[in-house]
Amino acid sequence: MSVEFSEKALEQLRELLGHYPDRQAAVIPALHLAQEEFGYITQEVEDYVAKLLEIPATDVHQVFTFYTMFRDRPVGKYHIKVCESVACHIMGSTNVLDYLRKKLGIDVGQTTPDGRFTLTTVECLGACEMAPMMQVNDDFYGPLDEKKLDEILESLE
Amino acid sequence: MPQVKVLTEFFDVPDSHKIDVWEKHGGYQAIRKVLKSMTPDEVIEEVKRSKLRGLGGAGFPTGVKWGFVPKDSEKPKYLVVNADEGEPGTFKDRHVIMNIPHSLLEGMMIASYAIGAHVAYIYIRGEYVHPARRLEEAIAEAKAKGYLGKGIFGTDYDLEVYIHRGAGAYICGEETALLNSLEGKKGWPRLKPPFPATVGAFQSPTVVNNVETLSYVPHIIARGADWFASLSEGTERCGGTRIFSVSGHVKRPGVYEAPLHTTLREIVYDFAGGIRGDKKLKAVIPGGSSCPVLKADEIDVRMCFDDLAKAGTMAGSGGVIVMDEDTCMFDTLRNIIHFYAHESCGQCTPCRQGTGWLVRIFDRIAEGRGMPGDVDNILEIAQNIMGRTICPLGDAAAMPVISFVTKFREEFEYHVREGRCDLEDRKQRVAMAS
Ligand SMILES: Cc1cc2nc3c(=O)[nH]c(=O)nc-3n(C[C@H](O)[C@H](O)[C@H](O)COP(=O)(O)O)c2cc1C
Ligand code: SF4
Ligand code: FES
Repeated sequence: MSVEFSEKALEQLRELLGHYPDRQAAVIPALHLAQEEFGYITQEVEDYVAKLLEIPATDVHQVFTFYTMFRDRPVGKYHIKVCESVACHIMGSTNVLDYLRKKLGIDVGQTTPDGRFTLTTVECLGACEMAPMMQVNDDFYGPLDEKKLDEILESLE
Repeated sequence: MPQVKVLTEFFDVPDSHKIDVWEKHGGYQAIRKVLKSMTPDEVIEEVKRSKLRGLGGAGFPTGVKWGFVPKDSEKPKYLVVNADEGEPGTFKDRHVIMNIPHSLLEGMMIASYAIGAHVAYIYIRGEYVHPARRLEEAIAEAKAKGYLGKGIFGTDYDLEVYIHRGAGAYICGEETALLNSLEGKKGWPRLKPPFPATVGAFQSPTVVNNVETLSYVPHIIARGADWFASLSEGTERCGGTRIFSVSGHVKRPGVYEAPLHTTLREIVYDFAGGIRGDKKLKAVIPGGSSCPVLKADEIDVRMCFDDLAKAGTMAGSGGVIVMDEDTCMFDTLRNIIHFYAHESCGQCTPCRQGTGWLVRIFDRIAEGRGMPGDVDNILEIAQNIMGRTICPLGDAAAMPVISFVTKFREEFEYHVREGRCDLEDRKQRVAMAS
């Protein structure tokens, strides 16, 4: 595949570069853009981002590996992230996770064969009043129980 | 005990996030007053007198921090807003951003003017997609009115505000890790000194402040430092209100704003409605998961920084996590230690190794393979992390361990000895008796 930003993404990147006194500062925003464009980050994408920013590829790679939101493989249409930190834990996040595993028939880190759901766990998402909670793509859901989970999964076609 | 509201009062106003609504309620008057009639030093003095303390975790007096920025520096100066909000149990900044983004922007304008910054960044955690959008919209609204950009409010003062999204790393909430992350590097904390006030973002003088901290500033300028300071009664070194995030086994989890003389009991029972199912309270973590835990009989403490410190814990980020009588302390602490081990950046041996050892011991005990001496070992490992690391994450991991194990020692001994939870046993005993 040829790795190249769309005109829109290039425009956004030019705008972003104007925010900082040096080009390296745009690495994280550029990787966000790349992930939106390509779905995930390959070695080729890293090299492309490095070229755009005129910085060494190793600098991009270090950043890519440090941050948990950047991924090196595709995810399903709906990426479910179940919070496992303490407020959610004491409110029953383990049950939420068990139920989702059973219902989706996959383990943490896997994607359903139809490519619709990916299940992962995350640390506190800053929404502990909704505990136990999860994030699906951009949205937060909680407090969760089996009934609520059924409803949410049904609402996502 | 009534709630005293400075920020959360606006949460109930429909469309409080829109600039027109904000202005109808007095918004953007404080920055006009500042630009028209106050010198930067006068602003700093006013904020000092208000006794506003940093609400991101460390509680440092805000005006004093601003005063550390050198006036004669040739370099540009920066204001950086910490919207990373990652400490488990904390969610108030999200509510502030969603409800009153213009209070934050106005606070940023005033702070930038006070320290002489013309560029300000909001570092927001990557998972906060909607809050980041809300901020983008608010910035666009302010720009359209000439409140941001060149010559704001018709003066010759320029200010640009940019959003910088993080990408998933708790440690980036620590201010120097945050600055590295802003510069496009791994989020590794820096050795201090130098402090950010002299060498911060891009090698330049920088102030890092929490979202909530800055959001109070317009109200302090508009209504006066004395008014703000006096909201907390009898708390010598802290003033005003703060927003507590209340989670766990309470009837009404959520955000509650209150003056700092409010007690933890009032927050748990009056504001959050007490314990779910009217069970007994077992323990409370008063300021986010890194703060030492308090037992049920220790909650008549005022929530001011100094009183919580005297009680052997910390005010931290104001994240109150409530645990009822059915909570297993071993299991809860195991969860917390897994978090800190996962989030350790690995730079310092005591933090990296110590949290790793603790995880392995806790997991082994959970599997029923506890060994004599485990409890003392756990305490010793935690004590050996304390004070021996670059950033406070090491201490943040050690403090809950020491407090949980010391205050609920018998529960931990039971797990080691019997290989299971005494709560299960207790429930069975109750069942048999009835
Ligand atoms: C491990 C760690 C995580 C932190 N996370 C946050 C955070 O998410 N948000 C925040 O405002 N401060 C956080 N802090 C505190 C910051 O380092 C810093 O003290 C604060 O942003 C300063 O702003 P304030 O004075 O307005 O509180 C954290 C500190 C440590 C040691
Ligand atoms: S204390 Fe832990 S998180 Fe902080 S710098 Fe050291 S290893 Fe990294
Ligand atoms: S602990 Fe789950 S959102 Fe905070």
